[in-house]
Formats: sequence, structure tokens, C-alpha cells
Amino acid sequence: MTDFSQVLAQHDWYEVAASFERCSEEQVAEAITKAQQQQRLNLDDFRALISPAAQPYLEHMARVSKELTEQRFGKTMQLFVPLYLSNMCSNICTYCGFSMENRIRRTTLTMAQIEQEALAIKALGFDHILLVTGESERKVGIAYFEQALAVLRPHFSHISMEVQPLATDEYRRLSQLGVESILVYQETYHREKYAKYHLKGKKSDFDYRLATPERVGDAGINKLGIGCLLGLEDWRSDAFHVAIQLDYLEKKYWKMRFSLSFPRLRPCEGGSEVNSPMSERDLVQLICAYRLFNHHVELSLSTRESAMFRDNVLNLGITSMSAGSKTQPGGYANADKSLEQFSIDDNRDVASVAKMIASKGYQVVWKDWQPGLNR
Amino acid sequence: MESKLTIAGHQFDSRLFTGTGKFSHPRLMEQALAASKSELVTMSLKRVDIARQDDDILGPLLANSMKLLPNTSGAKTAQDAIFAAHLAREALATNWIKLEIHPDPKYLMPDPIETLKAAQTLVKDGFVVLPYMHADPVLAKRLEEVGCAAVMPLGAPIGSNKGLVSQDFLQIIIEQANVPVIVDAGIGAPSHAAYAMELGADGVLINTAMAVSPDPVAMAKAFAGAVAAGRLAYLAGLGQVNQQAIATSPLTAFLD
Repeated sequence: MTDFSQVLAQHDWYEVAASFERCSEEQVAEAITKAQQQQRLNLDDFRALISPAAQPYLEHMARVSKELTEQRFGKTMQLFVPLYLSNMCSNICTYCGFSMENRIRRTTLTMAQIEQEALAIKALGFDHILLVTGESERKVGIAYFEQALAVLRPHFSHISMEVQPLATDEYRRLSQLGVESILVYQETYHREKYAKYHLKGKKSDFDYRLATPERVGDAGINKLGIGCLLGLEDWRSDAFHVAIQLDYLEKKYWKMRFSLSFPRLRPCEGGSEVNSPMSERDLVQLICAYRLFNHHVELSLSTRESAMFRDNVLNLGITSMSAGSKTQPGGYANADKSLEQFSIDDNRDVASVAKMIASKGYQVVWKDWQPGLNR
Repeated sequence: MESKLTIAGHQFDSRLFTGTGKFSHPRLMEQALAASKSELVTMSLKRVDIARQDDDILGPLLANSMKLLPNTSGAKTAQDAIFAAHLAREALATNWIKLEIHPDPKYLMPDPIETLKAAQTLVKDGFVVLPYMHADPVLAKRLEEVGCAAVMPLGAPIGSNKGLVSQDFLQIIIEQANVPVIVDAGIGAPSHAAYAMELGADGVLINTAMAVSPDPVAMAKAFAGAVAAGRLAYLAGLGQVNQQAIATSPLTAFLD
């Protein structure tokens, strides 16, 4: 069986990047019609939907995206919250606040601190939690995760992790310990440019990262989140590669659920400039295009985006949101901003976000998993 | 003469079963369920917090003393489903279970092999088992043989609103069944529900078409009416049309 690096090799980055300008409005209209009729779209349809030719069709795309999402997921919105366990990192990545060369205070939560954070988060109403770390294999590796999960498991029905890429056996172990979902973003699928952003550390290995979703799949983890860091390189090309990978993974791991995220590059400690700026209008186009392309995939939106944007986009295809996020370790039990990975834009507390969601005619879903299933 | 729908000794006045997912607000769910006059309502064990009687879905159901049909959605294997069923029985004090095993998270197609295995065990464990299944006539008989109280074949993929895509196979299932046949999944409009009832289904289960409608309460009433009308038409003998003799006999007229 092939692996994804072989699939990727069939797509030349520059050809992909040049292809969007060639899409016609007719192709866009045809793709929208197919989606409306609940037909499966192919990658060429998706290409048209994220192309400049689709810009005049944005309202139409949004309407279809909203309909498809409500039919599949209902008038509901799942809420989750990230818990930053550590900002230790042995990578140098030019865009990240946790980058090793940034002179910030480093901390890794102790088990007692994790318990405190869990209680603070639980008091806010959350039942789904996303664990986040930098990459520090020796101090924050599988042994640390095992301890942390033992502390957290009793408090939450659904635990996701966004940590360094691990080995298949380690993912298997996490699954046994109650981790339902793994998030790992390729950042960019542009192999040469990837090397320029990831200067040092294990993350500089493009292929190891690229093969991570397959290690997660092989380990039998329930759900996988993928995506790219929008703004590093041409966003259309990267988003297109995400779609290619999603298609590939769905066929290979037919029992797995998938989610996509849309992190847009934001200012952070020591951060570099944004090379391919993506407007809010572009982001709406991309969200709707992903929904029309894949009616089943979960789409997740973080607090990186502004309150105004989130309020208006939440019914256009999104199925889960974070709220009240703190991106510094220990941030829920105490508020010291000096350690954060990136500054968030939607600073509202979770109660305000939940109220806003309800006012839009959506039911907030706190729990949608039963611990013990799929063990 | 209409007789009541009876499943495992329990009689139902309404042949419309409902679900609790996808509503924009728990209050709206409560109103829609009331308008549907449904007497059996399914809810996902993974979605409700069974430890809390004031859970936003469970609370209204308990307050209105609706008959609960917990489902095992989220289960990918027989083992998962058995685990979930026991959890539900303990927490919700009912031995009724809607058995749903879908390893495929995209189309939520039921796994026939795991479903049969789980049904066998759960029946032995004393559950009233209502399995969600593909419209497979042989599987329906196999599930009946292991003691399922009803079978719930799909009309179309869950949430697709496509109607009775599986019509030809549903008809065979209905013709052969010794247990009630509840058409579950895919029914998108009251006309689909009426049609299922005209074909002789014993009941239908509706969720998405109601919950996602701009007016779930009105849609619930529409489905209640459609199910009743379809049942009446079935009893009146609508199904005879196809079986009438052909009026002229061009091939055998020479015999006259």
C-alpha cells in the first residue's frame, strides 16, 4: 500500500499554485450544484471553489454550506477548550512563540498543577479538552503524558491532544489511556519552504511529520485533526493539499473521523512576517469550500479569530469551537500572560460565547462522547 | 380493524418514534416531541450526561415521562455496544436499547456482523433489542431469530433526507417479518413517512427532518398526520394495486 508521501509526489506545488487562476465560473457553479444535490465533489471541484473565480459565489456557497452542515450536524455547536501543559520546546520554528530561541520563561505543569487546571476548566462547564504542548521529547514525552492522562481522565469525557508527532506504539498507548483524538498540522506542504520555517529540532523532518496521520491511523485512534498554518505559504495551495490528504486518509482509514482546523498565522513572540496573507473573506470561502467538498468532516474554529468573525461564521459550516482559551500553561488557575504561545483575539469568557451561540439558534454541546467506547 | 403497535408487550398509540439530536434548543426539542405525540424517543448515550437528571436532553424527557430508547451510537464494535447498553440500563432504568453499530463515521452504515453478535448477547442479557440495520431481508430474519423485539431497517443513509431509497428490500423485510418493522433513517419528508406506512411498515423513526426544519413543532405535527394517514391507507388495502390481474390477455386470447 502506498503512503501519503508518494501521493504528494504526484502533485507539483507550483503547478497546483498556478491552477487556481485557470478555474472558471462555470466550474464553480457546477461544483455548488453538485454539493446542493448531495453529490460527492472531487478535487477539481474543490479547486474551483477555493479559486478566485468562486469569489462572486461566496453568498451562494455560504448558503449551501450552512444547509449541509445543519442537515448533518444539526443546529448544534460543540465547545472545547485547550489546556497547555508545557511550553518547553526543542524546535526552532520561525513563526511560533514557543520556539526554542525565544527568551521566554519555560514551564511544564506538575501533576498537582494539572489537577488545578482541570478543576478550573471543569468549573467553566467543559467536558471536552484539548491538551497542547511544545516538543520536548525528554521532559514532555509519553511518560509525562501517561501521568497527565491519569489525572485528567476522571474529569473529562473527551480528550484530544495536539502534541509532538509520536510513534505508532505511543499513539496506541494514548488510545488505551483514553485519548480519543489527535491533532497534527503539516503547517505547509511546500517541502523546500518547510525547511526554511523549521530550522532546528525534530520538527524539521518534513517526512516524519507528513507520515504522522498514518501512524495515528495505524494505532487505531478514533479521530484525527489535520490542517495547515494559513499564511505561511500560498494558502490556496496548502488548503488544496490538506484536501488531498483528507481524501487519501478517509479511504485508507475508513473507521476514522476527521476534523479540519484553520489556524491563520497571528502575531506572536519573535514571530516572522506573514508571507501569504489571508483575508477574512478568503477564510469564509475556504470554510464553505471544505464543507461543500466533504459533508461529513468536522470543522473547528479557534479563538485566534475575532469575536465578530466567529459570531458570523459559526453557522456557515463550523461544528466545533474553542472558547475562553488560555494559551499559556497554568492559565486557567492563574492569569500570567507572559508564557503564551500566541495572543488570542476572541477574549470573551466561555459563558458569553455560549450565550452568543444560543442567540444564533444553536444548541451548545458540551458532551458528545462516552468514555469506555472504542477501547 | 386497527390493532395497536406492540413491541415486547408494550403498546403504543403512536407509530411515530422520534430522536433528540440536532435541535437548536432543548425547549424546542421538548415542544416538537410533544407535538409529534410520539411515545418512544431515542437518545444517544454518548450525548447525554447520564449522571445528571437535569441534563439538557435527558431532563425534559424525564419530566414528561417519555419512554426512553437509549441508543448505542458511537459504538464501532459489538463489545462497545454491549458496554453502552449495560451503562444505559443501569443509569436510565430501562432494558430497552436501540442497537446501533457503525464503524464508518461518514455514512454511519450499520455493521451487520457486529450487530448480529451484539444482539445475540444483549437478548440473553435480558434487553429488549431494537437493532438499526441495513435493509437486508436475510439479516432481518437472523436478527428476529436471535430474539430482537423489532427490526429497524434504513430507508436511506442517516440524516440524508433521501426517503425510501431501499424500498424494494423494505418490502421484502415487511412481507417476511414476524416482529414489528420500524423504518429508521433517511426519511426526509412526511410523504416519505406516509409511503413507508402505506408499504406496511409498523412504524417510522424521525429525527433530522424534524429537528433541522425551520419549524420543528409544525413539522412534528405534519409527520404525526402523515404516519396516521399512511397507516390508515395501508389498512384500507392500498397495497393491492400491483397485484391486480391484467385486464386483457393478448397472449392467451386465442384460447377463448
